[in-house]
Amino acid sequence: MSILEATELHAGYGGMNILNGVSISIEAHEIGVIVGPNGAGKSTTLKALFGLLNITHGTVTFNGRDITNMQANRLVPLGMSYVPQEQNVFVNLTVEENLEMGAFIRRDSYDHLIDQVYHIFEPLKHKRNQPAGELSGGQRQMVAIGRALMTEPRLILLDEPTAGLSPLYMSEIFDRIIEINRQGVGVLMVEQNAKQALAIAHKGFVLAAGQNRYTGTGQALLSDPEVAKSFLGG
Amino acid sequence: MAELVFFLNKVVLAGLIIGSIYALGAVGVTLIYSILRFAHFAHGDLMTTGAGISLLISLLLVGAGLDQSSLAVYLAIPLAVIVTAFLSVVLDRIFYRHLREAGVKPVVLVMASIGVMLMLQGLVRMIGGTAARDMYVTGASKAIFRIPVPFADNRPLVLTEPQLILIVLTVVVVIALHLFLTQAKLGKAMRAMSDNPMLARVSGIDTERVVRATWIIGGGLAALAGIMLALDVSYKPDLSFNILLPIFAAAILGGIGQPYGAILGGFVVGFAETMAVFNWAILLRPFKDTWIGELGLPAQIAFVPTEYKLIVPFIILVAILLSRPTGILKGRVL
Repeated sequence: MSILEATELHAGYGGMNILNGVSISIEAHEIGVIVGPNGAGKSTTLKALFGLLNITHGTVTFNGRDITNMQANRLVPLGMSYVPQEQNVFVNLTVEENLEMGAFIRRDSYDHLIDQVYHIFEPLKHKRNQPAGELSGGQRQMVAIGRALMTEPRLILLDEPTAGLSPLYMSEIFDRIIEINRQGVGVLMVEQNAKQALAIAHKGFVLAAGQNRYTGTGQALLSDPEVAKSFLGG
Repeated sequence: MAELVFFLNKVVLAGLIIGSIYALGAVGVTLIYSILRFAHFAHGDLMTTGAGISLLISLLLVGAGLDQSSLAVYLAIPLAVIVTAFLSVVLDRIFYRHLREAGVKPVVLVMASIGVMLMLQGLVRMIGGTAARDMYVTGASKAIFRIPVPFADNRPLVLTEPQLILIVLTVVVVIALHLFLTQAKLGKAMRAMSDNPMLARVSGIDTERVVRATWIIGGGLAALAGIMLALDVSYKPDLSFNILLPIFAAAILGGIGQPYGAILGGFVVGFAETMAVFNWAILLRPFKDTWIGELGLPAQIAFVPTEYKLIVPFIILVAILLSRPTGILKGRVL
């Protein structure tokens, strides 16, 4: 059964629709990647899925349950996490406090999860008591993803996790995402670096003008000459 | 050296006392600003309301048979703090929450808080009248502590009972607030929400719970400041409204949204006031037989006459907004 199933989503800001029928479906334990040109509605799709944007038409189910237009504070306990593209860390809080805020809804002890995050993102361990605002872009991204992992989500939504990062950090972040996925967390991410992202994707969604243009496995999309010509830069 | 002791009493101790009041008020203003993003103009009258509630409770306690000098007065303090904290949450529920949920601009909330301010002023006068009242309802007189100073022959440092309690409580509050913000999960969530409200929501933080905690702390501290001020002077319906300006000056001076800044700002404004109204000629008196005495300096050298004391926070406010609008500790620009 699909963990996340979105059918024919229409959504937008203030009456202006940006999504005109986007459908996303991924299985638990899969990596799904949304690619497409600027303004295609990639980030908007994630926001709509996470209840940050009003869905005017279409439905979203998570684990079989209807979550259309459900607010973020109810989605997090269900096992869904979201990492925004920008301003995704609490800059005045330390690295460790950022992680603790990710676990805000937990009533039990979560020390082992903090250790787990430090295990995945080694560089954070030495900076645990530093304000997140003092870290480099790549390390901030690690804090942001680490924060989202603190609820032990079943699905994590990542909005351009490698935006603005050097190629070295980019592949580092991709490696970590694969590792997180291997531990059983479903991933749905939006990426500008389409080729690299589709290479690690079980499923890819090519959006254009707020609609699905191509949908398929990552490998199938990569080897599709049409997709390559129009969206992957040849 | 009696002149030096006079200086310590009039400038250092008096600054510490009024600074504590400002600090307690400014912490609430700054916390409310950092979480709810609006300047809470009803804060001064929330302080008065707290003092009024304390007065009422002590009258009730006396009526119930408790009449051991000032026990009823002091017992009423924690009760009034709790009641006022609860009242702040209720005021938020009735007046601010709907506006917040409707996503209004901050200026609308500011206007609403001015409305609440006028309403509280009316209620306080309706219930308590307009006359000044003695908070010590049992008629007990305040104990006065005279601390002898070794180098001054017969002039002691003078501190009254409520002033001593105020200073001790302020220290306790500052430490407790620090521990809450850095150790407690809810305190950290408060800092997180002040830092990035969108991310706080996305992380699953119960933002309404944080808002409630903000009102409880802000309202409770406002009550404490109002009660202590009324105990030190006397209860008057406009007592705390009159210090709204220095409280805002303190919050902005310290960096709006920065609780430690608000405490620092409170003491800076407090000391600035006492230094501005102090008659510095007194410190020159011991030298009147030297060349200084021959200068023919006037017997009254103060920057500001006491009755114009309010000009000091006003000048500080204007100066800080012109030169460093983010305040000492880099808060948000208003």
